Amino acid sequence: MSLENKVALVTGASRGIGAAIADHLGQAGAIVIGTATSEKGAAAISETIKAAGHQGCGMVLNVTDADSVQSLLAAVTEQYGAPVVLVNNAGITKDNLLMRMTDEQWFDVINTNLSAIYRLSKAVLRGMMKNRWGRIINVGSVVGSMGNPGQSNYAATKAAVAGFARSLAAEVGSRGITVNTVAPGFIDTDMTKVLPEEQKAELLTRIPLGRLGKPEEIAAVVGFLASDAGGYVSGETIQVNGGMYMC
Amino acid sequence: MSSIEERVKKIVAEQLGVKEDEVKAEASFVEDLGADSLDTVELVMALEEEFETEIPDEEAEKITTVQLAIDYINANLA
Repeated sequence: MSLENKVALVTGASRGIGAAIADHLGQAGAIVIGTATSEKGAAAISETIKAAGHQGCGMVLNVTDADSVQSLLAAVTEQYGAPVVLVNNAGITKDNLLMRMTDEQWFDVINTNLSAIYRLSKAVLRGMMKNRWGRIINVGSVVGSMGNPGQSNYAATKAAVAGFARSLAAEVGSRGITVNTVAPGFIDTDMTKVLPEEQKAELLTRIPLGRLGKPEEIAAVVGFLASDAGGYVSGETIQVNGGMYMC
Repeated sequence: MSSIEERVKKIVAEQLGVKEDEVKAEASFVEDLGADSLDTVELVMALEEEFETEIPDEEAEKITTVQLAIDYINANLA
């Protein structure tokens, strides 16, 4: 197993894509730390990891709080060692037409989806640089490339993380660290369950594969980028969207 | 225990992959010892570990020569 005993940190691992990524990396032998915003969520992640027979646990993290990031890193490093795989997955939506968007909707999404990636990536880089091997994988979105009405805030952050990844990839490549973005299309998770049926039906007509994606199909691509097999891919955005958007 | 000067020079030599006798006090990391900007960040990380301290970013940016590193450690730790 290619990630044997490597410490992998996955934010937002309670459900959906994050949970699938945590499971996939665990299967590949990694020690997985999955984060949740509540104690209860963290405990549930611990249970899931244990039940699957993987190494690691759930921990509480508020990605918008620099102190929370620091204390998480300290706890992970003490218990398991410095993370060498970081999956920036935690994300939220607060959709609204721009004309009606509130400052809160704008800044909450920027803070959770974008600024958190700055905080976490910066926090793990020291360990990765010393290790001369590291993987930072951001979960972006097809919406960052194609746009979507009602999601100017979300789309802005998802386009931004891809640019962030390209810049950071250029900065730290010489230390054996790759930085990439996986951009899912419409995946069957709680985030897309809220879409009206009508919108979903219309959506399917635009997806050549004619179905929503499964969280495991995103996790597999993240797993590839984390593995040695994906070692020469850096600064890239991989679209995983059933052919809905091809660039 | 070796002096602070010796310990700093040893770390600079190790981190930048140069011989210790090239690490003169007045040597600039970037201009004389061939460091790039990421090397200087790593050098500060190594100094922080050797001397068990944290060097704030705004101070770290000013440490551009071997002597400035020795001076910083002397002023803040000795």
